[in-house]
Amino acid sequence: MKTYITIQYYGDYGDRETAKESSGNLPSNRDWPLWEVFIRSKMGLDHKHVGSLHAADAQMAIENARDVYTRRQEGISIWVVESKNIHASNPDDSASFYDPADDKVYRHPTFYELPDELKAM
Amino acid sequence: MFLLSLQMADDALLLGHRNSEWTGHGPNLEQDIAISNIALDLIGQARNFYQYAAFQFNENRTAYEGLINSPAFQQVAENLDEDDLAYLRDANEFRNHLLVELNKGDWAFTITRQFFISLYQQHLYSDLQKSSDRQIAAIAEKSLKEVNYHVRWSGEWVIRLGDGTEESHRRMRSAIDQLWQYTGELFIPADYQEKAVQLGILVNPGTYRESWMAKVRAAFDQAGLVIPESGWTQKGGKQGIHTEHLGYLLAELQYLQRSYPGSSW
Repeated sequence: MKTYITIQYYGDYGDRETAKESSGNLPSNRDWPLWEVFIRSKMGLDHKHVGSLHAADAQMAIENARDVYTRRQEGISIWVVESKNIHASNPDDSASFYDPADDKVYRHPTFYELPDELKAM
Repeated sequence: MFLLSLQMADDALLLGHRNSEWTGHGPNLEQDIAISNIALDLIGQARNFYQYAAFQFNENRTAYEGLINSPAFQQVAENLDEDDLAYLRDANEFRNHLLVELNKGDWAFTITRQFFISLYQQHLYSDLQKSSDRQIAAIAEKSLKEVNYHVRWSGEWVIRLGDGTEESHRRMRSAIDQLWQYTGELFIPADYQEKAVQLGILVNPGTYRESWMAKVRAAFDQAGLVIPESGWTQKGGKQGIHTEHLGYLLAELQYLQRSYPGSSW
């Protein structure tokens, strides 16, 4: 008696096979650019950085951010910025950038005498 | 109206199940989460419709009892709940459109199917919001917000893939060729839908066709895709006549409850 067996391949089987071959040649072209995501949790608050994701363009980045970062009612507004457009300070500069502020406590507004009536400070 | 609720629940459950098969297998992390979100939306809609169907069944048991004959279902002596309807019916007692039960295929197939169904649901739920049945109107109102996003998301992807690479365009065309014959069924009312039309609960789904077609055409034009001309329509799902795919789906979906009745976690 003949038996027929159907083998079911799920989703990523074929993708993985082909991805290996082509990503070897063109690593950067196959990957979508990285985007940084900022979410405003409610009116009146600032947008806060929440993470990053991959997307082909800004439209897709916003939709992906909606699906990845606002599933649990985290936000009411989304900003996305392509990561390459963010310029960062260099950690090597930290001595000259930040240390000089160490002995300048007078830059904090803590030397004023406040009247007792003033509560919300 | 038991069958009407059941029909909409079955559509939502089975498509939700098919989409959930992508969880952990999506083309990338972001889309994996997106398709799983949609699956959850749909299963949520299914629950609402099943709960209402169960309520109607319990209210008027004698009228509806003959409709479901699967042995497992017959053993439910007390009042039905949503799980009984999902897990204990056999394939020929499901009333979903054939479109939702087909294997998930590749990403293009899943996207195209989602787009076709979500557009249909968008029309359906928009009208049902005005339904004379208050419960159905409430479920439709809640679900419509989700479906509007599904339309937007799947529509975006239809355009991206259709207008993308040669490979993605080829896959989209093949998906459309396979799926098109199943779209006609959406617009042919079953007898229980016709009855609901008479009662003012439902608008005849046949009336959605033109607007549905216009929206598909608009997306396809942008995507560089063409609507097939073939007029042949597969039908029967709403009457319980299904493709072979449904049996395999139910085997997986219902296995646990059938093997270990009443088990929970």
